Amino acid sequence: MYDIIQQLENKRAAARMGGGQRRIDAQHAKGKLTARERIDLLLDEGSFEEWDMFKEHRCTDFGMADQKVPGDGVITGYGTINGRLVFVFSQDFTVFGGSLSETHAQKICKIMDQAMKVGAPVIGLNDSGGARIQEGVDSLAGYADVFQRNVMASGVIPQISVIMGPCAGGAVYSPAMTDFIAMVKDSSYMFVTGPDVVKTVTHEVVTAEELGGAVTHSSKSGVSELSFENDVDALLEIRRLVDFLPANNKDKPPVRPTSDPADRDDPSLDTLIPANPNMPYDMKELILKVVDEADFYEIAPDYARNIITGFGRMDGSTVGIVANQPMVLAGCLDIDSSRKAARFVRFCDAFNIPLITFVDVPGFLPGTTQEYGGIIKHGAKLLYAYAEATVPKVTVITRKAYGGAYDVMASKHLRGDVNFAWPQAEIAVMGPKGAVEIIFRQDIGDAEKIAERTEEYRQKFANPFVAGARGFIDDVIMPHGTRRRICRSLAMLRDKKLENPWKKHGNIPL
Amino acid sequence: MFKKILIANRGEIACRVIKTAHKMGIKTVAVFSEADREALHVQMADEAVFIGPAPSAQSYLVIDRIVQACKDTGAEAVHPGYGFLSENKLFQQALADNGIAFIGPDAHAIEAMGDKITSKKLAAAAGVSTVPGYMGIIKDAEEAVKIADDIGYPVMIKASAGGGGKGMRVAWNADEARDGFERATSEARSSFGDDRVFIEKFVDQPRHIEIQVLSDGENCIFLNERECSIQRRHQKVIEEAPSPFLDDATRKAMGEQAVALSKAVQYKSAGTVEFIVDGQRNFYFLEMNTRLQVEHPVTELITGLDLVEWMIRIAYGEKLTLQQKDVQLNGWAMESRIYAEDPYRNFLPSTGRLVHYQPPDESDTVRVDTGVYDGGEISMYYDPMIAKLVTYGPDRNSAIAAMRRALDEFYIRGVSHNIPFLASLLGKQRFVDGRLTTNFIAEEYPHGFNAADLPPEDPTVLACVAAVIHKQVQEREAMISGQMRGYEREVGTEYVVRFSKERYEPVSIADDLDGDGWGSIVTVGGTEHKVAGDWTFGEFLWLGTVDDRDVVVQVDRKGSSGYVLSTQGALADLKVFSPQAAAYDQLMPVKLPPDMSKYLLSPMPGLLVSIDVADGQEVKAGEKLAVIEAMKMENVLRAEQDGTVKKIHASAGGSLAVDQIIIEFA
Repeated sequence: MYDIIQQLENKRAAARMGGGQRRIDAQHAKGKLTARERIDLLLDEGSFEEWDMFKEHRCTDFGMADQKVPGDGVITGYGTINGRLVFVFSQDFTVFGGSLSETHAQKICKIMDQAMKVGAPVIGLNDSGGARIQEGVDSLAGYADVFQRNVMASGVIPQISVIMGPCAGGAVYSPAMTDFIAMVKDSSYMFVTGPDVVKTVTHEVVTAEELGGAVTHSSKSGVSELSFENDVDALLEIRRLVDFLPANNKDKPPVRPTSDPADRDDPSLDTLIPANPNMPYDMKELILKVVDEADFYEIAPDYARNIITGFGRMDGSTVGIVANQPMVLAGCLDIDSSRKAARFVRFCDAFNIPLITFVDVPGFLPGTTQEYGGIIKHGAKLLYAYAEATVPKVTVITRKAYGGAYDVMASKHLRGDVNFAWPQAEIAVMGPKGAVEIIFRQDIGDAEKIAERTEEYRQKFANPFVAGARGFIDDVIMPHGTRRRICRSLAMLRDKKLENPWKKHGNIPL
Repeated sequence: MFKKILIANRGEIACRVIKTAHKMGIKTVAVFSEADREALHVQMADEAVFIGPAPSAQSYLVIDRIVQACKDTGAEAVHPGYGFLSENKLFQQALADNGIAFIGPDAHAIEAMGDKITSKKLAAAAGVSTVPGYMGIIKDAEEAVKIADDIGYPVMIKASAGGGGKGMRVAWNADEARDGFERATSEARSSFGDDRVFIEKFVDQPRHIEIQVLSDGENCIFLNERECSIQRRHQKVIEEAPSPFLDDATRKAMGEQAVALSKAVQYKSAGTVEFIVDGQRNFYFLEMNTRLQVEHPVTELITGLDLVEWMIRIAYGEKLTLQQKDVQLNGWAMESRIYAEDPYRNFLPSTGRLVHYQPPDESDTVRVDTGVYDGGEISMYYDPMIAKLVTYGPDRNSAIAAMRRALDEFYIRGVSHNIPFLASLLGKQRFVDGRLTTNFIAEEYPHGFNAADLPPEDPTVLACVAAVIHKQVQEREAMISGQMRGYEREVGTEYVVRFSKERYEPVSIADDLDGDGWGSIVTVGGTEHKVAGDWTFGEFLWLGTVDDRDVVVQVDRKGSSGYVLSTQGALADLKVFSPQAAAYDQLMPVKLPPDMSKYLLSPMPGLLVSIDVADGQEVKAGEKLAVIEAMKMENVLRAEQDGTVKKIHASAGGSLAVDQIIIEFA
């Protein structure tokens, strides 16, 4: 018995050392934490329960038979974040460069399967050089096994990927299928083909950071939703993200007590909309003043900044917020913002998170770039996402709601539950000037007449009352009471039941 | 009494006048420009009249519009506030022509006191002590030297039409007097089109002390003094009453002279006689301001009088019922001018939306005069004053203490403000000692205002507060629904506060069982501190005690572990970690901020008037690169070093945000 215990201790010690002190030091020198340290930070202290610590690869080719490290380059198991169960895998770059072997993949699949059974989120901490080349197709099969599970888990349990080192080639497709990708600045990168291949094929010279660093993917490509300064920052903020998310698609969003009154008025919002309708204002101020304690967790803050997406809480429970941002491109919808918001809306709908939409949209962005890029299909994604969503939907039109974009932004017509408008709201096919130039084309030379007609159009449509008269707006509310009205609406909608017709799945315009 | 008056002003002073008028049962009419549609004075007044576009030259300074507004609304009198038309004799004439009363002195008094040389002659004639000097026209440099010799050095050579420091020279000997005369004359000619200069004694260790007078034209009394020595570039920053420097005899002598001068011009309203006082309490007349002063509240607090009320009563023709012996001097009052300006960027003005404006609560010891509100705006068209914060106490130290606390409680976000600078000033021992001169700011901040100038606050207090807040945050996180039964989150008692990458401070927190149950014992560096506060999530202010000392800390949270705390003007960007996270954080690399020396950034929000260079152009250090207009001021941006323009990122006519890139250099 004693021998066995001693053996166990030795094996544990060996597993804990991963690739050895030299490689651990190298990892630290790169400004990165080790796989175990990362788990320590991510989970509640002492809550990690490790599985498959002794698992080893079975490859015998290329001298691999002599190189075995218990755990085989990935640490897996479960633990808690603020007491709530999550499953986690953390790739260990100090062991075979974190490369993915058959057994490494099996370990990941095991916790994913278990997470599906018990309905808990999976968080992957990625730091891997790629496939275990010595294993050949076994490694590729391992990737595919993970991919398949990512897809099965999609919409069932939240999946979060944190890229904390290299993630290249086929490996990128597992994070790509999870709900959120977070990256660490300067120490992580993601690309399908690296700078060397790029140079050979296209003669483009580009650094790994430029090609696929955190800044690139969080601002240019939109591949990653979040980017963080360093490992510590990333892991602590992921804990904060998890606090907003339900454990699975049958669960309600978590609730946390708040001292922020649900009926708190904010008189400063009454002056948020500038007198001049062409002046921008910061929609984030509205969000921060409406949600509990000004605590807003923004998703994709640096990408398609003309739309804001993120999580907040209203009276203690999670809501998803989508809002046009007049400060950027006048808050218009374009390809990137439609895709960004559509994905967010679908996440919230999948996980029973009520949607609050703040609308100030002058329309879709015109131009060849947009049309050639397929704005029709991309814009349709957001329309589709809102239309199919069955979670509670509360919409507030703060200023402009023009044209097709009005319809898209969680309008009454797309089964909006509660649709409010501020007194300054203008709900119309387009702005008064453009409308008059079409309706009264014959008067275009006559500036005076046009001005008169414009004023007439403004009087008629540049207000919330026509839409109110049709019932497209449930009420016109004062800006200062926005939080109170939303909280009450959400309370009313708590037990909302709405089901879409049975289908295998819809055909969202991808 | 008047039934209705119009206030020909905006901002805090308009609101201030409206308050008194309402107290007296008088209806009020506000006037407003395009930029002030939503302004507080418009909301407070019974009626409001639109008078034109935002620039004051097209609205608040247009006499006809204001007279018309009076006629349209039936206002019987106009209170001009300060600035704008308050000392404009044409305005008074126009009002008089239309039978509207002016709440202020008569035109002849304004005119007599408006000119520096005339007012000095009048003062001298009234027996007011003036700075020894020569008031006549000086022919040439030789005469200037002779006069300077007679007065005795040092002397000041000043343009008669001057202001703002232009055309002023100090001379310590005959050569400097000769040179100074020539330079002052030529500067005066080019700046004011008037090359008359005069010479006077240069006052050593000067203090600015002014006497408030109140007169109905016959009965004239003085309401003690105000000291306004704390000035930055001739702009008053902190004022107080009484002066820590005056004795009763000097006060009485100054007051009597101020009264004599007022009587000499049959002064009829509230007015202020400004003196310069030297280190030996010799005082010399500077000028008389024939209007209500910005800093009048400090006088009101120590005398218990409402100056605006008396101005209105006197304008209506009532007699001043107070006698000199009735004038009180109770306690001490202090005023800080809260400006929308960035003290860390050489006090550049800041404009925009007041995203958060939460002043301290008003009380017997705190008064806030303001023209803005939460969600209001600091317009680029007018004076960037946000508020006047006035505190009162039985003595000077308690007024200072009340001011420091009130500044801590003043939460403003959205525009930059000078509260850190004010807090720093109040923390200077020299200020507390009352050793003031008009050079105080220039001497105490020779290199401008920097973060290092903040008073040496005990960082332990901030560590305690940050740790206590963080523990509270952890405890609430541990209350989330859906936890694994039997494995709920447990909150630790050990934390590490990170001040910087070099400084991690371990802290442990225990419940304070001796107290009333909601305090903590926080151990920092082996020393126990009793900490109790009532902060809760979403609040801006942590109000509490650390070791029985009252502490007010402004709290801005950043993410899961970041806390930006400010108190006494000092700002600390802290993180609070578990000991484990702190250990890992120490392994994290230090990232240097990106090198922005290759860029010309906009130092302030404003309008880009012109770009004076082109792509590829070589520039020399000091060369003009661009001009930005902000707050009606044109600011020329010059090259700091030689270089080549790589790319121009902004275009003329566009608006600029702070730190927006204008030009990139190769």
